[in-house]
Amino acid sequence: MDELTQGMPLVVFLIIGTIAVASSILVVAMRNPVHSALFLLLTFLCVAVLFVIREAEFVAAVQVLVYAGGIMVLFLFVVMLINVRHLPEERVMSRFWKGGFAVGLGIFILFAALVRPGVYHDPNPNTKELRTVRTYRMRNVRQADGTVIRKRVARPRVVGNSEAVGMMLYRDYLVPFEVISLFLLVAMIGAIIIGKRELSADEEETTPAFILERTETEREVKESFSA
Amino acid sequence: MPSTEAYLMLSATLFAIGLVGVVVRRNMITVLMCVELMLNAVNINLVAFSHRLASLEGQIFAIFVIAIAAGEAAVGLAIIIQLYRAKSSINVDEARTLNG
Amino acid sequence: MTWSDTVFLLPEIILTLGASALLFVPLIGERGAGRSAKWWTLVILGITAASVIVSSNAVVGMTQTATFAAMFALDSFAIFFKLLFLFAIAMVVLMSEDFLRESRYSPWEYYSLLAFALCGMMFMVSGVHLISIYVGLELMSLSSYILAGYYKNEQKSTEAAMKYFILGAVSSAILLYGISLIYGVCGSLNLADIDRAMSTMITNDALMVGIMLLGAGLCFKIAAVPFHVWTPDVYEGAPTPITAFLSTASKAAAFSIFARIFYSGLHHFQLDWSSVLATVSALSMIVGNLAAITQNNLKRMLAYSSIAHAGYALLGIISLNAMGIRGVLLYTLVYVLANLGIWAVILMLRRHEYAGEQVDDFDGLYRRAPFWAFAMVVFLLSLGGIPPTAGFIGKYFLFAAAVQSGFGWLAIIAVLMSAVSMFYYLRIVVAMYLKEGAAAEVSASGSLRFVAAVCLAATLFLGVLPRPLIDQVTYSSRRLLVRALQADGGR
Repeated sequence: MDELTQGMPLVVFLIIGTIAVASSILVVAMRNPVHSALFLLLTFLCVAVLFVIREAEFVAAVQVLVYAGGIMVLFLFVVMLINVRHLPEERVMSRFWKGGFAVGLGIFILFAALVRPGVYHDPNPNTKELRTVRTYRMRNVRQADGTVIRKRVARPRVVGNSEAVGMMLYRDYLVPFEVISLFLLVAMIGAIIIGKRELSADEEETTPAFILERTETEREVKESFSA
Repeated sequence: MPSTEAYLMLSATLFAIGLVGVVVRRNMITVLMCVELMLNAVNINLVAFSHRLASLEGQIFAIFVIAIAAGEAAVGLAIIIQLYRAKSSINVDEARTLNG
Repeated sequence: MTWSDTVFLLPEIILTLGASALLFVPLIGERGAGRSAKWWTLVILGITAASVIVSSNAVVGMTQTATFAAMFALDSFAIFFKLLFLFAIAMVVLMSEDFLRESRYSPWEYYSLLAFALCGMMFMVSGVHLISIYVGLELMSLSSYILAGYYKNEQKSTEAAMKYFILGAVSSAILLYGISLIYGVCGSLNLADIDRAMSTMITNDALMVGIMLLGAGLCFKIAAVPFHVWTPDVYEGAPTPITAFLSTASKAAAFSIFARIFYSGLHHFQLDWSSVLATVSALSMIVGNLAAITQNNLKRMLAYSSIAHAGYALLGIISLNAMGIRGVLLYTLVYVLANLGIWAVILMLRRHEYAGEQVDDFDGLYRRAPFWAFAMVVFLLSLGGIPPTAGFIGKYFLFAAAVQSGFGWLAIIAVLMSAVSMFYYLRIVVAMYLKEGAAAEVSASGSLRFVAAVCLAATLFLGVLPRPLIDQVTYSSRRLLVRALQADGGR
């Protein structure tokens, strides 16, 4: 790396980090949830950039796709559905705001006090490991005393970050990965069960007739399918 | 290069801001956003340590955390919608049928 | 990894397939208001239990106990808890029948969610790596949030789900921050590697804070004191069978990983964390028992009592010795049995929609249903730890463990608070035997009778003849202990 690009990541970190902190403060401070959501999006994008500097390209891509693409859309969709404008005017702060700031400050001081050199595990400068895939195969290995035994030998191969993450995810972390897929299935079932509109007994009395007819038709269609 | 310590400071800041938001804000949707902020702070930590240790474990965990955040957001927002239907309000303080 | 490794996962695979099948059965023409859903679920749970036994026998011959890149273990500890979870969930399934019939919600998704929650528990108790433990924990928690809000037309239930969800999400963020600090200090998330890394450390602030945050997240799940605020509200608002699920199976699962992480991963720092956990345990016992006295709503009273029981069980984790780990296993089992029995009796009483909620509902139960009143007395005595019942054995092990490892003061608080707890347990007994009244009628369905009878028989049997259970528990806790004791020079 030449002189000019040497300090680049640090400069990028400082600028992007400042934006991330500023926009996360605005997430908390905005009265309107739509504004909060947009600042949250900005924070997520900044964090994705910071991931790239740390050679975590795949995580950065997932961050953008899932957070910016999925979760943000979900949030905005719900904000629209709830129609925030019709909500009664509320105070931004709760009655515990003093306690809230005290807890936040306390946690920040506690965590910041832990940021000292020498506390954490020794750094491993060989960051090529983040892009390395190890393939294992059985080989005949000659021992020191001349005998030959079959042994599992690892062959490291430097590829890209995505390929390395993929190999790890589907080989070593297969079990948690499958559990995550169950988790997403449960999230889907749960969102449908809880979000589904169901008429209660006293609602049925007050609901306009056309809505009742529509639910009745839906029920008939369902029954004709299952019959 | 920015050091691991710089990343940890950033992560501590975001986590604290998220925590303040959870305690201070009353709008359920904003509270949920603040939880997402806290989870993101954890991801920054994991990625920074993963780079420091040159091990992919942290990055894998970060991906899992992102997936779990997505699932939790979906269910949390469904609960918010249901609460809104029942009460026409998404204010945490107004949910006090339970005397707690 | 080879094909033979899948034998470790066999029960989970079967359960996952079964839980998904429950979602599809109503689509292929199964009708009749889902009356057979209960039987389908019970059959699936039965097959899973059989496969736990089959695969545990298959694993005995193998040299390694952990598989899938040292992420998933099927040791005797995991098998004990898996069978306990299966039992508890089967009982909850039996208890849920009336609730589902009356509320007219689809039973298939309900049972399927219970099965997925069970799946999460089984994965997490087998996890020997913080990633697999965390992922299983989240699967269980998410299913619990949804189940707590299942009574959608009842506002209380939605509110309970909301509180549980928000506090649960925050606590899992705190737990994750703790895990990330442990990762940064130890360089790995595998419990065995963490153990190895810690053995060479003297003291480390970041690690201590990491352990504390991890402990805080777990204390939320077991409802120990500074993190207990959600418990009474959620227990009150959730449908009663789900309250039974939260206070038994879900709590037992949280205890299992608490014991696993602290015994096999973090025991080198016992001197540092035990004093903090001892404070948490003392506070839980005091706050839980004192707050329970003032409650008139039975669900809230049992919620506070379950907070106190979390404090007792923590004694076994703090003391970190052979008595302690056996005490945790015994106590969890005994507590689950007594609590399931109590919830079954509560469900037998009904008045409007929420059944048997007030202490007054028990007035004069002795005259209307003498046998179930007697069963209730036995369960309450077991929770209080009175000798002829199983609760005594559990408490004996825990208190003795605390004394052995130098926490005598904590044992004294525990004994005093057990005495206090008898005060509010006896209030229910007095209402049943000495008061007149017929606020609630008794309508015991066959399933509820079955659950209460099984729990009653087990509570009495284990109280009188505890030997086989103690032997089993000694065997099941062996592996966790070996590691904890080796490092501490056999203390």
